Amino acid sequence: MAGCPGDAEVEAAFPGISPIRQPPALQPVSFEDQPCCHCGSLPWAGAVVSEGKVFCCQGCRTVFELLAENGLGDFYRLGKQPGVQIKTKTKVGDFKFLDDPTVRERLVDFADAATTRVTFRVPAVHCIACVWLLENLFRLKPGIGRCRVNFPRKEVSITFENSQLELSDVAALLASLGYPPELKLSDLAEQRRRPTPKRLWMQLGVAGFAFGNIMLLSISSYLGLDRFYGPGLERLFGYISLALALPVLLYSAADYWRGAWRSLRRRTLNIEMPIALGILALVIQSAREVFAGGGLGYLDSLSGLVFFLLCGKLFQQKTYDRLAFDLDYRSFFPLSVTRKNGAAEEQVALAQLRTGDRLLVRNGELIPADARLVGGPALIDYSFVTGESEPAARQPEDHLYAGGRQVGGAIELETVKPVSHSYLASLWDQEAFRKEKCPFFDTLTNRYSRLFTPLVIAIALISALVWSFVNPALSLKSFASVLIVACPCALALAAPFALGTAQRVLARRNVFLKNAAVLETLARVDAMVFDKTGTLTAGGGAGLDFEGAALSEQEERWVYSLTRHSTHPLAVRLGQAIAHRHVSEAVRSFIETPGCGMEGSVSGHQVWLGAAAWLEARGLNVPANESRTGSVVHLAIDGAYRGSYSLANALRPEMDKLAAGLADDFEIALLSGDTERERARFTALFGPKARLFFTQSPFQKLEFIRRLQQDGRTVMMVGDGLNDAGALQQSDVGAAVVEKISAFSPASDIILGGRMVARLAGILRYSRQCVRVVRASFLLSALYNIVGIAVAARGLMSPIVCAVLMPLSSVSVVVFASGAAAWLGRRLGQPEEPA
Amino acid sequence: MIVLFFLIPLSILIAAGFLGAFLWAVRSGQFEDTQTPSMRMLLDEPNPQPHNNPKFQKDLKEP
Repeated sequence: MAGCPGDAEVEAAFPGISPIRQPPALQPVSFEDQPCCHCGSLPWAGAVVSEGKVFCCQGCRTVFELLAENGLGDFYRLGKQPGVQIKTKTKVGDFKFLDDPTVRERLVDFADAATTRVTFRVPAVHCIACVWLLENLFRLKPGIGRCRVNFPRKEVSITFENSQLELSDVAALLASLGYPPELKLSDLAEQRRRPTPKRLWMQLGVAGFAFGNIMLLSISSYLGLDRFYGPGLERLFGYISLALALPVLLYSAADYWRGAWRSLRRRTLNIEMPIALGILALVIQSAREVFAGGGLGYLDSLSGLVFFLLCGKLFQQKTYDRLAFDLDYRSFFPLSVTRKNGAAEEQVALAQLRTGDRLLVRNGELIPADARLVGGPALIDYSFVTGESEPAARQPEDHLYAGGRQVGGAIELETVKPVSHSYLASLWDQEAFRKEKCPFFDTLTNRYSRLFTPLVIAIALISALVWSFVNPALSLKSFASVLIVACPCALALAAPFALGTAQRVLARRNVFLKNAAVLETLARVDAMVFDKTGTLTAGGGAGLDFEGAALSEQEERWVYSLTRHSTHPLAVRLGQAIAHRHVSEAVRSFIETPGCGMEGSVSGHQVWLGAAAWLEARGLNVPANESRTGSVVHLAIDGAYRGSYSLANALRPEMDKLAAGLADDFEIALLSGDTERERARFTALFGPKARLFFTQSPFQKLEFIRRLQQDGRTVMMVGDGLNDAGALQQSDVGAAVVEKISAFSPASDIILGGRMVARLAGILRYSRQCVRVVRASFLLSALYNIVGIAVAARGLMSPIVCAVLMPLSSVSVVVFASGAAAWLGRRLGQPEEPA
Repeated sequence: MIVLFFLIPLSILIAAGFLGAFLWAVRSGQFEDTQTPSMRMLLDEPNPQPHNNPKFQKDLKEP
C-alpha cells in the first residue's frame, strides 16, 4: 500500500465521508517509487502530484477527483489501487456514431420514450471495486439509472434517461473512467447472440422434476406394493407418471423430435434419430402398459434418459460459453472511422463509409478499406497481411491495402474501394478459402451412430418378426425392449463429456478450441506447418548485436535516451535491450521521420538512428552487409557513421523441446513470409527432414497446405495474423497464436496462448488420448448394449433390469469419460494464469 | 391406506410448487450470473438503487 493514502487520508479527502478535512501530508514525497493512487502503476514518466497524492497521469487524477467530489471515495478502500490507467483521453466525438439510429437500435436492449437500457462489454472490469464503481454510476451523472454488472461476462447494463443523456454520453462516461466499452463491428452487423441457455435450464428442471417423482412412484411397484394394496394404487401411479412424463416429452425432449424430423427430411441418420426412436418406443410401450393396467412401463427410464441427455448438453454449453470466438475478421477493424468533411471531422460507422471519403487514420489505427494516401508519409505495419514484422514506408499517392496499421503520426487517406470489396475481404471470400466443413458426419459420434442406428433397428425388427410367429404377445415388447436397452444414450453422452472435459482442461491452459470436433481432427493430424513470425519467434526480448567500433558507455547512453522518445517497434526493442545499463538523459530537438529514422541532440551531440537509405541520403557512407540477420538499425553520431545494431528475431523459449517432441511423429514444414536470412537456424532447429520455405505469399502457403492434403495428409497449421487466415482455413486444424487471449482472435479452429506453442507436442498427444477415451467409452457402452440386446431380443427383459441398466450405463460411461479426460489432462502441466 | 390416493397427488402438487419456483428463478435471470451477487453483498451500500429518481422505479423489475 506504499504511497496510497491510508484510511485517514482517504476520509480527509472526501468530505462526504468525514467532515474533518486534514491538511495534506507535509513530508516530502519521492515520486519515482510511489505507485499511482488510482491505478497502481509506477509513474516513471510524468508524475502528477495533487494534495500529497501521486498519480501517474492527469487522467488518473481527474478520475480520482471526480470520484472524491461525488462521494465515491470508497472505491479506493475496496482494493489496492483498483483503478484502470487512463491511457487515452476520451474525446467527445469518439462515440458519436452510437447515436446514429440504426447503430443505436442494434445496440440497445430495450428502449421506450423515456428510458433506454444498454449492455456494454467492458473488459477492463477486474475487481470488486470496479463492480462497486460501475453500479454507482448514477451518483456521478444525473440521468443514469440502474446499473448492473455481470462480473464473469464483464458486462454492464445501464439504464438511462433519454431526455438527459445520449447513448454516446454513456459510452464516453465509461471510457473517461477507464472502462471503455468494447464495440465490435459484429455487434452491429447482426443481432447480437445472447448466450442465455434459459430454455435449456427450464427443460432440465422439468425433466429432473418428472424423473425424481416418477422414480419415487416406480420404486413402490418394483418392490411389489400392489400385492399389499391392490391394483388400484398402481393404476393411479401409472396415470400420475404418464401425466408427469407428458411435459418431458412435449417440452424437455422437443429438440430431439426436431432433430429427428430434420434427419428424416434430409434422409440421413443423425444421433437424434435413435434417441427419438427410443423415446418413442418407450412412450408407446409405457402408455400401452399403463392403459392396460399392467404397470408403470418405462416412464422412469424415459424421463431419466432425457434428464441425463440434457445434463450433457448443458455441460457442453457451459464449455462453449467460456469461448467468445470471433469468427469474423471484420471484428478486428475499427468500428468507427474519422471522416473529414471539409475542415470538420466526424465519426462514422464503418458500414456508412463510401468510396472517395477522406479519412484520418491516427497512430495505431487500422486502414479499413483500400485507399490512396493523401496526406503525410505513412509507415504501415502490414503484419496482419504479409507477416513482415517491420512497417513499410509509403509516400503520398501510394495505394494502401486494407488491414495495415499506421505507426506514427496521423495520415489522411481517400478510400478507393468500399469496405466489403477490399483486399482482405476478397482474400476471405475466395471459394478456395472456405473449409469443407462437414462436422455432421465427420464427428466421431455421428460416424458410430451411422452404423449403430441401422443395426439396432434391424435387430429390433427381426426380433419382433420372429416373436410374431412364435409368441405374438412378446412381439412389441421385444421390439421396444431392444430399442430401449440399446438406446444409444451412452453413445450420445460419451463424446460430449470426454471432449467437453478435454476442452475445459485445455482452456485452463490457454488453448481454446472452436468446438469439440476440432479435438477429433487434432488427433488425426500427421503433418505440421508452422509460420515463423510471431509463432516460433516472439517480438521483444531480443538478442542484440552491434557491429562497428565499440561505443563508449556515454555514447550508448545517448542512443538509449533517443530510443526512449519513440514508439517505433525497433526503437522500443533496442531501448529495452540496452536499458539495464543506463539512465536516460534529456534529448532536445527530437525529430522522428516516419519510415526513415530519428534524430535528436543529447548533451550537445547529434545522434541519428535509422535506416541505411536515410543515412546515405544525408551524405554518409553506409557499408553494405548482407550477412546480418534480423532487423538492422544504423547509427551516426555528430555526422559520422558509427555502426549498426541488429535485432535478432528471438525464438520462443523451449522451441528445441517442441521440435524434438514433434520430429518423430509428424511431417514438419516451415512457411515464412520473411527472407532466407535465417534458414540455417531453423534447419538446425527442426533437423534435415523438415521442409523450409521462405518469402512465401499467403497464396503459396495455402497452395502448399492443399498439396499436402492431396497427398492424404491431415494438416495442422500454426500461425498468427490475418495473412495466415487463408492457410489456417485451408488446413484441417488451424491454430492461431496470440500473446493476449483477449486481444486478438483470428478465424481459426484453435486459439493458442503464446507460451503454449512449446507444449504443442503434449497437446497433440492429449488429443489422441482423449479420442481413445471416447472409443473406450463406446466400447464400454457397447458391452452393456450387447448384453442388453441379447436378453431383450429373447423377450426376457424385465422392467427392473431395463430401468436399472440404462441409467447405470449412461452414468458409468459419463464418469469414466470425463474422469479419464481430466486425469490425462493433469500430465499437460499446471494451468496457466488467465491472460 | 386409502389416504395414499389423497396424499400422493398432494405431495406431487407441493413438488410442482418447487418446480415453479425453480422455473421462476431461471426466468428472472438468477442463473445468468452466479458470481457478481456474492461480491455485491460485501459492498457497504445496501443496494445501489436510484431511489431518489422516481422515473426509474418502474424499471427496477426486469421485464
